[in-house]
Amino acid sequence: MEPKPASGDSALIQGEHTYETLSEKLAAVVEKPPPGAWWPVFLIGGLGAALLLYAILVTFIQGLGTWGINIPVGWGFDIVHFVWWIGIGHAGTLISAILVLMRQDWRDSLNRLTEVMTLFAVLCAALYPLIHMGRAQNMYWIFPYPNSLGIWPQFKSPLTWDVLAIMTYLTISTLFLYLGLIPDLALLRERAQSRFTRILYGVLSLGWTGSATHWHRYRAAYVLLAGLATPVVISVHSVVSLDFAYGVIPGWHITVFPPFFASGAIYSGFAMALTLIIPLRKWYRLEDVVTNRHLDWMAKVMLASGLGVAYIYLLEIFIAWYSGEPFEIRQQLWRFSGPYAPYYWAMMLINVGVLQLMWFPRFRHNLWVLFIVSILANVGMWLERFVIVIISLSRDYLPSSAHLYHPTWVDWSLYLGTLGFFLFGIALFIRFFPPIAVAEMLHLLHKLRFHRHDKQGGSPPHRDGQDPHTPR
Amino acid sequence: MLHGLAAYFETPEDLLDAVPKVRAAGYRYLEAYTPFPVEGLVDALGTRDERIPWIAFTLGALGAIGGFALQAWVQVAAYPLNIGGKPLLAWPAYIPITFELTILSITLGLFVTLLALNGLPLSYHPVTRTRGYRRALVDRFVLVVEARDPRFELSETRRFLEELGAAVEEVRD
Repeated sequence: MEPKPASGDSALIQGEHTYETLSEKLAAVVEKPPPGAWWPVFLIGGLGAALLLYAILVTFIQGLGTWGINIPVGWGFDIVHFVWWIGIGHAGTLISAILVLMRQDWRDSLNRLTEVMTLFAVLCAALYPLIHMGRAQNMYWIFPYPNSLGIWPQFKSPLTWDVLAIMTYLTISTLFLYLGLIPDLALLRERAQSRFTRILYGVLSLGWTGSATHWHRYRAAYVLLAGLATPVVISVHSVVSLDFAYGVIPGWHITVFPPFFASGAIYSGFAMALTLIIPLRKWYRLEDVVTNRHLDWMAKVMLASGLGVAYIYLLEIFIAWYSGEPFEIRQQLWRFSGPYAPYYWAMMLINVGVLQLMWFPRFRHNLWVLFIVSILANVGMWLERFVIVIISLSRDYLPSSAHLYHPTWVDWSLYLGTLGFFLFGIALFIRFFPPIAVAEMLHLLHKLRFHRHDKQGGSPPHRDGQDPHTPR
Repeated sequence: MLHGLAAYFETPEDLLDAVPKVRAAGYRYLEAYTPFPVEGLVDALGTRDERIPWIAFTLGALGAIGGFALQAWVQVAAYPLNIGGKPLLAWPAYIPITFELTILSITLGLFVTLLALNGLPLSYHPVTRTRGYRRALVDRFVLVVEARDPRFELSETRRFLEELGAAVEEVRD
């Protein structure tokens, strides 16, 4: 029987692809030597990771005095970046989880890469509270375990919630990523050319055979875990926002923080996903499976969540005025005109101004514009975290305690270091594991062929007339 | 030792058409291998497994009760802290952690359950030693009739499978 190519009306996979050519193309990413552009990313990332290690060593040996934190700005760059990285991680889970539940087929090309992005972003984020403790060797004290001192964590504190939320998030996003990888690892095992890679992928694939019964249980578990990951994403960033909103610092103490942080997370996460995917698809020639339509949809999600963020910026100003609370009003004026005003206005320019370009298809379809806007969106979200954390803390209730914050070279090294570690991790992952889920794409190709069959008026090649698209 | 016969089909539809015929012929020890989940295949094979959602529910209930009980016990009995006269059993404040522990229990438990039900990790499976298996992870849809089936008879079963339009290969341990 002639293999039917899936193209034409279905833009999700372009080109005349059969199962064979599609799996060949996707496996080649791992099996062939990497494109030239991979090496600079790998090296720069590696240097960044080394810088991170050095800055951590300096922090541990010399102490937190090497950072720019002071009283009242006791939460400096580390919390700015903690919140920033966690936000970036969220798009991965959203793409892989919420879009599964909504049966959005376009996720299939994106979910693996964004899940990897999530994993490394959450690792970067989790690092900051850890080193902010100053004594990382005692980090286990924050876990609820019976100890000889008889003390327990304070479960009514959002900081304790944070610990549990981040650890849960890290665990489930890792398991979800691994679960999705298993069938692809089995494929790589069978395609392996050397004994070493065959054993490596064989062990990692856990002996997956592709048995129909296994697939059936696997899908049931996968969809369930996707359903559970969805509320976790929302809860994690809401809990992070409660770290702030539970405090009484002017500029923090508002109930709108959880949805504010969640929409900011989706916005920055989709922006980072675009920043990674646009060069990746070009370097690895993946335009067939990550089409312009995918990028267009991602830009639309970015626009929608960014508009939510912009709305809350305006709402914050309104609340400050409407509450009549003098300290809130003073905080807003401090943002508008204080020494940190350039940060505030740059944030407004990017997150409210530049974002509006995404309304227009001609900008959404221009890859350069999209790439630059996605990078700017991440800068904008970084500025937002800076505004929330540092501007609010630098001026609380007592004029005598007002104090500016100036990051030191260690602060900057920690930040650039995590950026390097993030790139390094993703570069290595792509080298050894397929960045696009092969089994998912084969399944998508199968589903697209089904759709074509239906549209042509032929009877769907399926028994007992049930809807073949219903996932089980 | 003979494990069974593998019949290779070109499309998932061909496999789905063939399975009821094989079952009607009296074969019971069947398993199919496909590159991606094929809807309706487990129903045809009769190996549908409805346990996963129930196991997840049980794990979740245990996680929720355990998480809440841990916090309530710690805050009320083991380490009571009176902060501003607020109630010790401040249950709304326990909801975030209860929720996270519920999800964590389901996820970890379900992952282990999935491996256990599927008999993974597995170091060796005879099917993976057949010549056609590599394509079963790409574009072939395989039906294996196992040799332990009482109805199994090597040459007759092979002819029967070939009549269904499949290429047939022996699976040996």
